[in-house]
Amino acid sequence: MKLEVNGVNREVRSEPLTPLLDVLREELDVTSPKAGCHAGGCGACTVMVDGKPRRSCLIPVAAVDGASITTVEGLGTPKDPSAVQQSFIHHYAAQCGFCTPGMVVAATAYIDGGGSDDKDEIAKAISGHVCRCTGYTKILDAIAAATKQTEFDITIIAPDPTTVTIGGSE
Amino acid sequence: MSVDVVIPESESEAVEAYGDGSDITVIAGGTIVMQLLNYQRFEPSKVLLLAHAGMSYINMPVKEQGQNDGSTVTVGATTPLADLTVLASPLGACAANVADDEIRGQATLGGNLCSPAPPEHPSGDLQGALIALDAMVRSTGADGEKSEQIEDFLPHRSDRLALDVSFEPPASGAFAAFRRPHAHHYTPLAVSGATSADGTVRLGVTGAGDFGIRLNAAEAAADDPEAAGEASLTDVTMADDAIISGWYREQLLPTLVKRVLNEMKDGS
Ligand SMILES: Cc1cc2nc3c(=O)[nH]c(=O)nc-3n(C[C@H](O)[C@H](O)[C@H](O)COP(=O)(O)OP(=O)(O)OC[C@H]3O[C@@H](n4cnc5c(N)ncnc54)[C@H](O)[C@@H]3O)c2cc1C
Ligand code: FES
Ligand code: FES
Repeated sequence: MKLEVNGVNREVRSEPLTPLLDVLREELDVTSPKAGCHAGGCGACTVMVDGKPRRSCLIPVAAVDGASITTVEGLGTPKDPSAVQQSFIHHYAAQCGFCTPGMVVAATAYIDGGGSDDKDEIAKAISGHVCRCTGYTKILDAIAAATKQTEFDITIIAPDPTTVTIGGSE
Repeated sequence: MSVDVVIPESESEAVEAYGDGSDITVIAGGTIVMQLLNYQRFEPSKVLLLAHAGMSYINMPVKEQGQNDGSTVTVGATTPLADLTVLASPLGACAANVADDEIRGQATLGGNLCSPAPPEHPSGDLQGALIALDAMVRSTGADGEKSEQIEDFLPHRSDRLALDVSFEPPASGAFAAFRRPHAHHYTPLAVSGATSADGTVRLGVTGAGDFGIRLNAAEAAADDPEAAGEASLTDVTMADDAIISGWYREQLLPTLVKRVLNEMKDGS
């Protein structure tokens, strides 16, 4: 089987019913999608499949053979974060960060789909995502701001790029 | 664990691979089956993966754009619930109430229709809407292909491969459910109603048994929504689960029935 992960073509050798989440994390070493529940209930594993946000824990990899997968590593880099990533930093929308990759992917899909800064609509878009730290308010603020703005005032302290590993690139 | 995974590329290949259905597990969207596999709740020996079988479609003859001409709507079994949300109530509203955007994009009509009897909780909301619509289910299995009414199909759904579902667009329809702001794994109680072109009212409920149930007594009293709500309690036997108790379901059902009937009256 084959996947295009964050723009890089990858061969997949896992068994056909292996959840996409496990293929990404354990075979391809793309570790941003998190295994919160392995049952579709938390959203920590959400990645884009052909541009659409999906729970990777519930997708047998054979069902998406040939698809293009985007994880949070593929949305921006530590030195050049995407608008949503910048907004999450600017609004302190992450605490422990466990839910953040799924939230950022879902938020990006919401904004790409023309989503507005209406907080009720944003809440619906992330209603499958659980955050046990932030109380959601800062996440809603961050997503709302990213619907209107692409640059945020943040200081980027990126590690030395020669030592950065962006999941999916080899 | 070595599993034989068959991935058909058409409906006819799926039908052939399914055969008489013995010892084969169907995976459509996988939003139920993958949970069970991830937690090793069962070990299939052979799996039929429908992801590439080309059974995702809505055939809806139209007079003008967006307007149905009254003839039969047919929906393929692997159509994702997200695509059903554009349909009229009760099916559209019921599909839109399932989980969240991400799950609805993956979960299918067939998987919902054939979702297993709840070990812990119900998971086949569309069954109620399809009962209200008096839907026909085309399926294959040991005795070959056949079409039957949804109420006949549901009790033996685990022995069949559902191929498509068809129904006449209702003159009016409504859907009401127990509200939950966060997408839990299931909807504890939901009622669907539809009025056909000849004025017949049909009501279906999910979350009140092993699968969707028709509310016959409530239908008989449909002219009086208050009385119909009370009568609905004679149609079902409620059970407890993690989110709500059987007692609370009994308090809720008459209200949902009343709401659906009033909405259909207002809409007709
Ligand atoms: C977070 C979350 C929230 C959810 N919320 C809801 C909810 O609110 N309401 C609700 O109803 N459900 C809910 N579900 C359950 C589930 O997502 C839906 O019922 C969905 O429609 C199942 O479809 P699927 O294609 O993913 O099923 P699958 O997991 O692929 O299959 C489900 C069952 O149907 C069988 N099957 C699948 N397709 C066919 C076919 N064509 N013919 C015969 N058998 C078939 C399978 O063998 C299996 O037994 C939720 C799930 C999650 C993870
Ligand atoms: S790990 Fe996939 S939804 Fe929780
Ligand atoms: S930041 Fe910790 S779970 Fe959301």
